[in-house]
Amino acid sequence: MPAIPRYDPRIYQIFVLAILVIFGATFLSFDINAVNAAVILAVAAAVQLACSRIVCLGRYDLRSPLISGLSLIVLLRTNTWWLAACTAAVTIVSKFALRHNGKHIFNPTNFGLVFMMVVSDRVWVSPGQWGSAVLYVFFVACVGSFVVNRAARSDVTLAFLGSYAAILIIRALRLGDPMTIPFHQLQNGALLVFSFFMISDPKTTPDSRIGRIVFAFLVAVGAVWIQFGLYRINGFLWALAACAPLVPLLNRLFPGTTYQWRRPTC
Amino acid sequence: MKANVCFGIVVAAAVVFAGNVYSFCGFYVAKADAKLFNKASRVVLVRDEDRTVLTMVNDYQGDPKAFAVVIPVPTVLERGQIHVGDQAIVDHLDAYTAPRLVEYFDDDPCKPVAVYEAMKSMARADASSVGPRRSAALGVTVEAEYTVGEYDIAILSATESDGLQTWLTESGYKIPAGAGAILQSYIRQGLRFFVARVNLDQQSRLGFTFLRPLQIAYESPRFMLPIRLGTINASGPQDLLVYALSRKGRIETTNYRTVKLPTGMDLPVYVKGDFADFYRDMFAYQVKKEDMRVVFLEYAWDMNWCDPCAADPLTPRELRDLGVFWLDDPRDRPGARKTTRGGQAQDVFVTRLHVRYDAETFPEDLVFQETGDRTNFQGRYVIRHPWTGDTNCDRGRTYRRDLRDRQEQEARQLANLTGWDIGTIRERMNLEAPRDDGGGSWWDQLWND
Repeated sequence: MPAIPRYDPRIYQIFVLAILVIFGATFLSFDINAVNAAVILAVAAAVQLACSRIVCLGRYDLRSPLISGLSLIVLLRTNTWWLAACTAAVTIVSKFALRHNGKHIFNPTNFGLVFMMVVSDRVWVSPGQWGSAVLYVFFVACVGSFVVNRAARSDVTLAFLGSYAAILIIRALRLGDPMTIPFHQLQNGALLVFSFFMISDPKTTPDSRIGRIVFAFLVAVGAVWIQFGLYRINGFLWALAACAPLVPLLNRLFPGTTYQWRRPTC
Repeated sequence: MKANVCFGIVVAAAVVFAGNVYSFCGFYVAKADAKLFNKASRVVLVRDEDRTVLTMVNDYQGDPKAFAVVIPVPTVLERGQIHVGDQAIVDHLDAYTAPRLVEYFDDDPCKPVAVYEAMKSMARADASSVGPRRSAALGVTVEAEYTVGEYDIAILSATESDGLQTWLTESGYKIPAGAGAILQSYIRQGLRFFVARVNLDQQSRLGFTFLRPLQIAYESPRFMLPIRLGTINASGPQDLLVYALSRKGRIETTNYRTVKLPTGMDLPVYVKGDFADFYRDMFAYQVKKEDMRVVFLEYAWDMNWCDPCAADPLTPRELRDLGVFWLDDPRDRPGARKTTRGGQAQDVFVTRLHVRYDAETFPEDLVFQETGDRTNFQGRYVIRHPWTGDTNCDRGRTYRRDLRDRQEQEARQLANLTGWDIGTIRERMNLEAPRDDGGGSWWDQLWND
């Protein structure tokens, strides 16, 4: 049996994300549009309710769409409310529609963002809009999730951040760049949201620890290649979406036990 | 004589520019253009999909013999990808996007109030050369050499920075100490080097007394501006102004915060005569507040119009000359209008970014992305002239009382934006300090430092 944390780690995640949204909008001049934020939360909750009725015979849990919705509010940028609504809908629907062996394949927020960035040029993610001071505070809050998360899947976050940082440092050494460059590249709030709230999603990562570490390493390599080989922005978002279909294969190679939330949901 | 390699492009003398252009939405009175900032490099960045056209303005004031520029570029450039542009167009773009001061005049408070809807202004808007054998021995390949306008240009690729530095030195370029590591990084990233210096014969034949902007066009997914070389021998922080022309929307940096400059504030009337000082100090103060770690957005606007206009929008022909390749060339259309006024809608969005940087706070080159954001933004500051006529009526007395509060507010706003001493501001406004000092605290005046 997998170790189940005493507290549902999602409650802590919701708390941290909500604080980040409020703080970001108030003090960091994040382009968080109040209408978009309300639309995202409402659509995410409504689509989750509708899909739960259809697929799970009425079992409904607000925590999951809240995490997806808050993550979208932090990362998604658009000036069009209905594109925000579409992103929220695609995010939640992907969880119910794209499944393999009873688990969704893609992290919902990741899929929603990547899908909408492919189909519309009016949706984007701004990875540079974080001050370094707030990053340290946010980093501490994220690390706090390990304490709450306890036995849940912090390994994938650590493996990803470790691999990503190591590859950036090796790249800098190879180029003869000063270390200020990789350290500056790591001071990225979107990277932290990604590492602590997206790639760490226990439902979309491999079941075994070794599988998760291999998965995190592949995502890190993919992210650096997209960023510095293809020169595209938000490499980690694209890399996670590209690597997610490999999870069933990793589960076959390195079998483990499927994670269950404290109260099972869809 | 060795040419001092100029990695940034230098703007000299600070000149205050003031013009008078009418707008419905306040009277435009002054702008803070690039000439306010010493040592400011200016770059026009035209970008759509993977195509980039870069115009580098050159306000170099010294001996042309001593001028040279080395710019890392993503691809080898053919002759047709290099052009010499017209600085007047960049100056026009600078004027169009410059932060602006507008003024209003208070109405007679005793006159009956007329309800009207304000109309929106829509201004439809001597060098040696290194032989091939020596070059090969140094690991440097001269991919191409051209003379374009008054410039001799070489496109180089290299395998080692030592060889490249030796090649440049032997070719008469004076490379600053410390450039090696950065050149090496660019070489390993697969970048080529665009090297240009002035061909004096061509310059005297063409009759130009100043160096015109160099333009290069290339296709590469890399959407970046190399700034690292420029920080090597800089005596202090440098300013860079980027005027980005794009199709979808605003441009922002992805590896540094892009922050909107404070805008829309009401300021004391005397700022009208000191707008240049105000803007310079305000910018410096905001840079300090942000620890010199952000890129400031000064302007983001659809090129079809402006409100108020610091200058007319650029014409399709000017935009085309700057490299906006997706516009039809108006010279190809018979009877095409010279200006955008009443003409076709232009699919161009302009973003003006202003960054002050040094090697410590900006260790990496600037990387950009185009967003889908077409929200208009401008650095705009307002002065309101008080009514000076008769105020001998009830509303007039209320007006006088409110005016004093308003002016105190303007003084505080100015102090907050620039860090200027509030006492001096009040003095210049002939304003007495409020007795209870409203929002201030008892300790504000205690040490006066």
